[in-house]
Amino acid sequence: MELTVNGTVHDVDVEDDMPLLWILRDELGITGPKYGCGIAQCGACTVHVDGLAVRSCQLRAADVNGNVTTIEGLGTPEALHVVQAAWVEHQVAQCGYCQSGQIMQAASFLELNPEPTDDQIDAAMSGNLCRCGTYPRIRAAVHSAAARLRKA
Amino acid sequence: MSRLGTITRRSFIVGSAAIVGGVAFGTYLYKRDLKNPLLEGLAPGAAAITPYVKIDPGGVTLITPRADVGQGAYSIQAHMIAEELDVDLDAVQITPGPPSPVYYNGVVGVEAMPIAATSETMLARTGRGASDVAGKLLGLQLTGGSSTVPDMYDRLRMAGAVARETLLAAAVAQTGLDRDQLKTEAGAVVLPDGMRLAYQDLAAAAAEIEPVTNVTLRDPSEWRHLGKAQMRTDIVPKSTGTQTYGIDMAMEGMVYATTRTNPAQGGDIMGFDAGRAEKMRGVQAVLPITGGVAVVADNTWRAFQAVQAVECDWGPSPYTGDTADQFKAVAESFTDDRQDSRFRDDGDVMQALAEGEVLEAEYRIPYLAHAPLEPMSVVVKLEKGRVDIWTGTQIPRFMQANVAALTGIDAENVHIHVLMSGGSFGRRLEDDYTLRAVEVAMQMPGTPIKMVWSRGEDFTHDFPRPLAMARARGKVSNGQIAAYDLAIAAPSTAESQMARLNQPIFGPDIAIVAGAWDQPFAIPDYRVTGHRVPAMVPVSSWRSVGASGNGFLHESFMDEMCHAAGVDPLEERLRLCTHDPSRKVLEAVGEMSDWGATLGPGRGRGLAFCLSFGVPVAEVVEVRQTDAGLKIDRVFVAAEVGRVLDPVNFEAQLSGAVIWGLGHAMNCELTYRDGVPQQDNYHLYEGLRLYQTPKIEVRGLENGGKLRGIGEPGVPPAAPALANAIFAATGQRIRELPLSKSVDFA
Repeated sequence: MELTVNGTVHDVDVEDDMPLLWILRDELGITGPKYGCGIAQCGACTVHVDGLAVRSCQLRAADVNGNVTTIEGLGTPEALHVVQAAWVEHQVAQCGYCQSGQIMQAASFLELNPEPTDDQIDAAMSGNLCRCGTYPRIRAAVHSAAARLRKA
Repeated sequence: MSRLGTITRRSFIVGSAAIVGGVAFGTYLYKRDLKNPLLEGLAPGAAAITPYVKIDPGGVTLITPRADVGQGAYSIQAHMIAEELDVDLDAVQITPGPPSPVYYNGVVGVEAMPIAATSETMLARTGRGASDVAGKLLGLQLTGGSSTVPDMYDRLRMAGAVARETLLAAAVAQTGLDRDQLKTEAGAVVLPDGMRLAYQDLAAAAAEIEPVTNVTLRDPSEWRHLGKAQMRTDIVPKSTGTQTYGIDMAMEGMVYATTRTNPAQGGDIMGFDAGRAEKMRGVQAVLPITGGVAVVADNTWRAFQAVQAVECDWGPSPYTGDTADQFKAVAESFTDDRQDSRFRDDGDVMQALAEGEVLEAEYRIPYLAHAPLEPMSVVVKLEKGRVDIWTGTQIPRFMQANVAALTGIDAENVHIHVLMSGGSFGRRLEDDYTLRAVEVAMQMPGTPIKMVWSRGEDFTHDFPRPLAMARARGKVSNGQIAAYDLAIAAPSTAESQMARLNQPIFGPDIAIVAGAWDQPFAIPDYRVTGHRVPAMVPVSSWRSVGASGNGFLHESFMDEMCHAAGVDPLEERLRLCTHDPSRKVLEAVGEMSDWGATLGPGRGRGLAFCLSFGVPVAEVVEVRQTDAGLKIDRVFVAAEVGRVLDPVNFEAQLSGAVIWGLGHAMNCELTYRDGVPQQDNYHLYEGLRLYQTPKIEVRGLENGGKLRGIGEPGVPPAAPALANAIFAATGQRIRELPLSKSVDFA
């Protein structure tokens, strides 16, 4: 099957029920999306399909109907996405393992809701687990990113 | 074991006389210089002036040997070196380096000794010295016990200064100028005319001269890195998906493996049928390993699927297998013959409690999993008498030794390449996952094996924080706490963990009473007794170790006694406090939280204090009753670490520790049935999520306490501060964790 990831078309030969996460990580070597739980409880595997955040550990190969963007396609160290820049400014990451998913979730959420309240941030971001407890800075970074996106 | 090995290992356990024997015996060995591992295979034109600074034509590399498990260890170590070396951190390489005895930990051993952090007696000072001796003699390279900052603070600044002065000496020889005419900045020696000699261009000359060791460290008033807000060196990679963790390692010809071992702890595999699994797509092999099987495939998911298709015949667990029975074993250990320690025994508790009204309470806390978000993962390649291992670990030298023993390959041919860990919280003080992967690699020599555990395998093969119970008795009179008798019973973490590291332990296990026996309070009749529960399922260190649960046990009953005495919990702790930095921490948190001001109906504040790893921490939690349950609104934290080296990460570590402490106190426990952990993923072991996260205000005090680390000490007060707040808001006293067994949270 053909899969478009970060603007590049890949031809992959996998079972229909292989989760997108493992196509990305083990077939294509795209390791920004992380494996954490395998049952949509942690959000570390979050990627975008046509701009919407999805848990790639739950999306079967046969059901990928759109362009996939991973954290690598959102921005780079040299050209950070607005959400990544806010994450850097607030120094959100500790171990950092969940942060690819947190950032992808936040980027998708802010596209849909550019002026979120605290309660809306809580609701949108609570599916992403962080064992280090970086939540206060995630909140602050989402607000910062929202403010920058409004100015842009 | 050699006589030397026997004696030096014994000296690690500082009972009493052993201190003197160990130090005296070890003087010669202790004084000798350890080999600089960077000199091995050093290219021409390169210099390794100290074990922490390597310079070659490609540039400057800083060695930061304490593992980064998310606490920012690499970054703070690099800043310590850079403070003296004058390099820009975005222009250097930072690497943990190879396992080597030179990277020994001289501080962490104190945590195994009955020495209160507040004590300045001769025995205490000798014990601290003995920790350094033992650490060096044993080559104890270990990250833990919040020891990185105190252990490395002088060593790394000194390494930076020695490297700088040696490069300057090389520049003096090259230019004929005086040392005083030269300065250093941004990776170069600068001549009076402004000309710059890059460090890498001086490396060859520097390698030829004797390192300049009579250096003076810069005064903190001159600092440009430490004490200032720093940008952690790993923030950009971790915000862009470009950080390589153990699970991300890839190489030519690599295959993907996973394991499935007996979920009943310690149980064996009696046999298995791999017929169905072997026929599944992508499966290359189904192999026996200790306690189970491994599947090797061309994709991790295919390995996950196939390993579940193996039919396994599991043997029983040799341990007490049900949580009710485990707690029964704990309850039955409050006996004289199970007494492990009594390091505090002030006044005469027995007499004080012999008459009058005695308060009594019993508490219990559960087993807890580490469950770092990156599941256990490792890449192993074994070929021609050499093993290479890429993984996150806090114990590279122990891992090296255990792999050598397992494979029969000399330790010097076991190469551990330490990678960033996606969390640990103590989990990577174990090397079981690496040993299982090595067993696979031994059956497939020449092929690089990446082994990744499923989340279920990770949860069911953790080495949890042990369960515990406390029996507390106390007496109040005239509005004061008069007597406090606390007995704690728990399995020994040290006994279980050190056996796996081949480190014998002697004497009491401090972890059973840590954070309880050593608190700076002068209660007239005050006793803390530890009871050792017979070993059950294997247990290990979990963020803040013994204090993680003992803070709850000690501080909950303190609160009960304050309420019984009718005295304010903050005022009473201040009255009893014997340690000035601790008193200031209590005063600070009182001021931050506006302690004493009325909150209104349905709301409450709770205070708790714990001195652990030498750091006094006080926390106040504010809760509110809502229709949906209890809501935690705010948390205030004050801590004294002597000097805050990076205020940005300091705040992150303390707020993270509060969230860790609160989340586990609210809803986490690991329970067993027939030896099998019943929680196998995060839906059954949730911790705190963002919607429940309170506003957290942190203050670091610098009131002349000793320099300390801050990764762990914020954890112990969180659970009791929350439970005490719930009592203040609702009148309900909860004596068992997790709290969700007794109340609902919004």
